[in-house]
Amino acid sequence: MSSDTNAFQRPAMGSGGKSTQDAWFQRALALAGASVLIILAAMLISTAMNAWPVFTHSGWSFITSSDWDPGISRTEITGSYGALSFILGTLITSTIALLIAVPLAIGCSLYLTQIARPSIGRPLAYAVDLLAAVPSVVYGLWGLLFFVPIFVRPMIKVIADTVGEAVPFLGSPVVTYNYATAGIVLAIMVLPIITAVTREVMLNTPIAEIQGAYALGSTRWEMIRAIVLPRARPGIIGATMLGLGRALGETVAVAMLIGGSQRMPTSLFQGGQSMAGVIAITFQEASPENVKALLGVGVVLFVITVLVNMAARLVIWATGGRVAGDAAV
Amino acid sequence: MTINHNGSAAGLAVEAKNMNVYYGSFRAVKDISLKIERNSITALIGPSGCGKSTVLRSFNRMNDLVPSARVEGEILFQGNNIYAENVDPVEVRRRIGMVFQKPNPFPKSIYENVAWGARINGFKGNMDELVEQSLHHAALWDEVKDKLDQSGLSLSGGQQQRLCIARTIAVKPEIILMDEPASALDPIATLRIEDLIRELKKEYTILIVTHNMQQAARASDYTAFFNMDSDRAGYLVEFSETDEIFTNPKHELTEQYITGRFG
Repeated sequence: MSSDTNAFQRPAMGSGGKSTQDAWFQRALALAGASVLIILAAMLISTAMNAWPVFTHSGWSFITSSDWDPGISRTEITGSYGALSFILGTLITSTIALLIAVPLAIGCSLYLTQIARPSIGRPLAYAVDLLAAVPSVVYGLWGLLFFVPIFVRPMIKVIADTVGEAVPFLGSPVVTYNYATAGIVLAIMVLPIITAVTREVMLNTPIAEIQGAYALGSTRWEMIRAIVLPRARPGIIGATMLGLGRALGETVAVAMLIGGSQRMPTSLFQGGQSMAGVIAITFQEASPENVKALLGVGVVLFVITVLVNMAARLVIWATGGRVAGDAAV
Repeated sequence: MTINHNGSAAGLAVEAKNMNVYYGSFRAVKDISLKIERNSITALIGPSGCGKSTVLRSFNRMNDLVPSARVEGEILFQGNNIYAENVDPVEVRRRIGMVFQKPNPFPKSIYENVAWGARINGFKGNMDELVEQSLHHAALWDEVKDKLDQSGLSLSGGQQQRLCIARTIAVKPEIILMDEPASALDPIATLRIEDLIRELKKEYTILIVTHNMQQAARASDYTAFFNMDSDRAGYLVEFSETDEIFTNPKHELTEQYITGRFG
């Protein structure tokens, strides 16, 4: 059959017609997709390039030393830049937040999906979603003025006075704002998003399996342990990573509550500083070389976030699940 | 739950007395009274929507899982009403097991699928033995004995359904309820399940909902025919020995249904 008689032949590019339209549409979408990667690469490269002089000046001590003493030079690097105490500040507060928020979120999701009647569970689920949307500065202010003085500080005092002597990192001296106050308020901030994703995953538990478990004479708790929790596990890991991402990057609320000290942590009840916090607090008055160092802190924060996410994916992949929280990320 | 073992002198396994089931304000089935003999197979048949699955699920309180469902009347199991105030539905379901329409093995190994139910119910004996025995009983052992650690989901549909039967008998119930257990299977798998059901009758009392008239005729001893009334509530039209129902039905409706004129 010669080509001019083939009614189904694809017209050449640029000759108009439906398939040309389709080709252009595909290109436009490909460009939109690629733009994400382009922006990411541009950000990483320009940030790392600007921070490079600090990295070469400090070497590994940028992440192994806590000696942070910015210089005031416009052209050279004269200060010492060891960001370890900020890195630890971020990791400690995020860890406290997750240790508190994840078990609470799992319990809350189990209640909302398995125990509460729909007439109670549904409004509560909306409330959880609403909490996730409250701007973090509001949480910070609320923590600063009400939650920490009324609830957290008395609790910390009790802990420090009772087990503080025996358990490392829980002892005195207790300062007003410290890792624990920041971590606990952070827990409340990440709780809604972790709960929202976990609840969503648990709602998708196959009803046939739930009925199968009940039909064998299982109690609700036995059914939850055997069916709901294993099924939801990849989703819970995904939700935890989502919460961790927020905790690592949270700036304002942590900066308000962590105490703003640069020492190495010896107790959770001591003041500290986080990576995002030091960037936000000192950027405005920073000298040019200090700005480079802050950019370096930004690069480290970026790398930690990427590593944590990769580790989470590895865990999920190794245990044969998929990231059910992906849609929400 | 305290179960009185003397209350079953008539050889009855279970009996429904004037049972009504409601979903919210809608009455799904009305005035059902049924006496099920021990070690018999009873088929529940009837057109779609006549409430036969609802009736079946009332026998082990699976309807409790539907928040709006409510059961009136009595179901007597060994002389005790399973809907009485002090009865634990968990114990009811252990003693009255259920196999579902769509095979629903757990996302666990074949071994665990069978062992789990027994374990949560406090089985203390030799678990390997129980698993093998149950799989033998469900006519599945020869096909899976070399791959007990593989996922139950890796089996074919017919094998999955026999696995579900194996896990049900592993907890040693007295009655097994089956909700169209072969409707999702091919004809050969269906025949295997039917053979199995006849075999299980020696030790268990079986109630089976089916849409398949030949299956009811082939596999059951008794047949209960349900229909939907003008108020959309299901009711029991006729209950008798299966031969009687299929060769000499008392009601015109029954005859019309089994000869395929409606439903």
